[in-house]
Amino acid sequence: MSRGHSDFRTLERRNRRETVLLVTVFLVLFTALGFGLDFVFGDLTIAEGSLVGFPTLTIAALIIGSVQAVLSYYSGASVVLASVHARELTADTPKHQMVLDVVHEMALAARMPMPRAYIIHDPAPNAFATGRDPEHSVICVTAGLVDEMDREELQGVIGHEMSHIADYDIRTMMMIAVLIGGIALLADFFIRWSWFGGFGGIGGGRRDRDNRDSGNAGALIAIAVFILAILAPMFSQLIAMAISRQREYLADASSVEFTRNPRALLRALELIAQTESPLKHASRGVGHLFMVNPLQAAGEDDEGFWANLFSTHPPLNRRIARLRALIGESEAAADTAKSS
Amino acid sequence: MLIFLIIVAVIAIYLVFAYNGLVRLKNEIDNAWRQIDVQLKRRHDLIPNLVEAVKGYMEFERDTLTQVVEARNRAVAAPNQAAQVAAENQLTAGLGRLLALIERYPQLKADQNVMQLQEQLTTTENQLAFARQAYNDVVLNFNTRIQSFPTNFIANNFGFTPAEYFKIDEADRAVPKVDLSLGSPHA
Repeated sequence: MSRGHSDFRTLERRNRRETVLLVTVFLVLFTALGFGLDFVFGDLTIAEGSLVGFPTLTIAALIIGSVQAVLSYYSGASVVLASVHARELTADTPKHQMVLDVVHEMALAARMPMPRAYIIHDPAPNAFATGRDPEHSVICVTAGLVDEMDREELQGVIGHEMSHIADYDIRTMMMIAVLIGGIALLADFFIRWSWFGGFGGIGGGRRDRDNRDSGNAGALIAIAVFILAILAPMFSQLIAMAISRQREYLADASSVEFTRNPRALLRALELIAQTESPLKHASRGVGHLFMVNPLQAAGEDDEGFWANLFSTHPPLNRRIARLRALIGESEAAADTAKSS
Repeated sequence: MLIFLIIVAVIAIYLVFAYNGLVRLKNEIDNAWRQIDVQLKRRHDLIPNLVEAVKGYMEFERDTLTQVVEARNRAVAAPNQAAQVAAENQLTAGLGRLLALIERYPQLKADQNVMQLQEQLTTTENQLAFARQAYNDVVLNFNTRIQSFPTNFIANNFGFTPAEYFKIDEADRAVPKVDLSLGSPHA
């Protein structure tokens, strides 16, 4: 295999590395803001070159955010399903039987237990998956998806959703939600505190107020923390969106891993790109879970830099282009294999 | 002295994790093989029903029907692994032809029973293909792991040998991939 070729395995590996990088940046941001605040409030100081004290605020923010996350973690699927008016998918028609069979096939290919299947009676072709781990997972399709797609395309879409479950994407995004919540809490708290005159007490810590040098350093740190507090919430959103987009590309590559058929997903995405109608019942809270963000009508899939920064999914054209490249690579590889 | 103990502890912990990892992968291989078996059995059971249901309509396809039935019987009665694999591969080829032929008979497509059986067989063939794929994937993981440094030392010492891939015979590679949708909704 020559170096220029990239198959789905290479894509997956690269993708997972980039996700780790992004999550690390996130953690650094959270820690910087939290510790910064603790420093300003004097919970944390630097004595003899090492950190001393207990980062109360950082931990508090983490705990509050975690409580929220744990609650949604365990109620998880049922809340989401209710909000989109999904109903259990049963084999009441041959088509529905086929969809259940496809879910079973993809579960085999993904080496996971079979998820529960639900259906939304909406003509827009779309699908989503939710659930904290493979044993408690749910896949939901729309009636539009079932009507418009053939078996191969269904395999592609359902394979994509399966991989979100298998890669614990839902759990990852939940943890990130904790961190976002934590950052928002910290930033909000700090900005209110400083707005209401809290800056009078800044000096790098209650103990060193008489020390000139530490006073100046303290003020500088406080200003830095203030700027961080203003920018952090937006940065955290940006990073979260970047992570979400990464996972979407990864899910596309994993779908190819499961079906070994990039054309299946390619055709499915092209079909979705042609459909005009947005989903009726999708709310902001669940939009990011879908195959294609249902809150954007297809025509508005903006490729512009700024629009892309804040969206949960990559633009459809780019996803389609990547799949095309995969097909090209696999055909080239097959050609070299045949001629060698 | 303390540093030495720490190093020994770290190595010991690593050995435990590495060994358990190999055991887990080996079991995944066994499980994946069992999945294949499950699908094979399922299609053995489904085939007689399908043949019965379509026999009346497909007078001119006697040959194909006979091939399928005979391959199935050989697979069920196979005395050893090699014979079974050969029979199963022939059965896959024959079934592919049969399922494609069904598409050409409008009377068959109107028959609820036949359509249900066709879907069951189609999904069984797909599940068989995916079970084989899953098997080969776990074999790949396992073989890569036991050949890589430093796990290869543990593998050699504890008797982990590379697993066999599920290969298709050259003759059977010619089987065309059949798209068996319930009538394509778009041209």
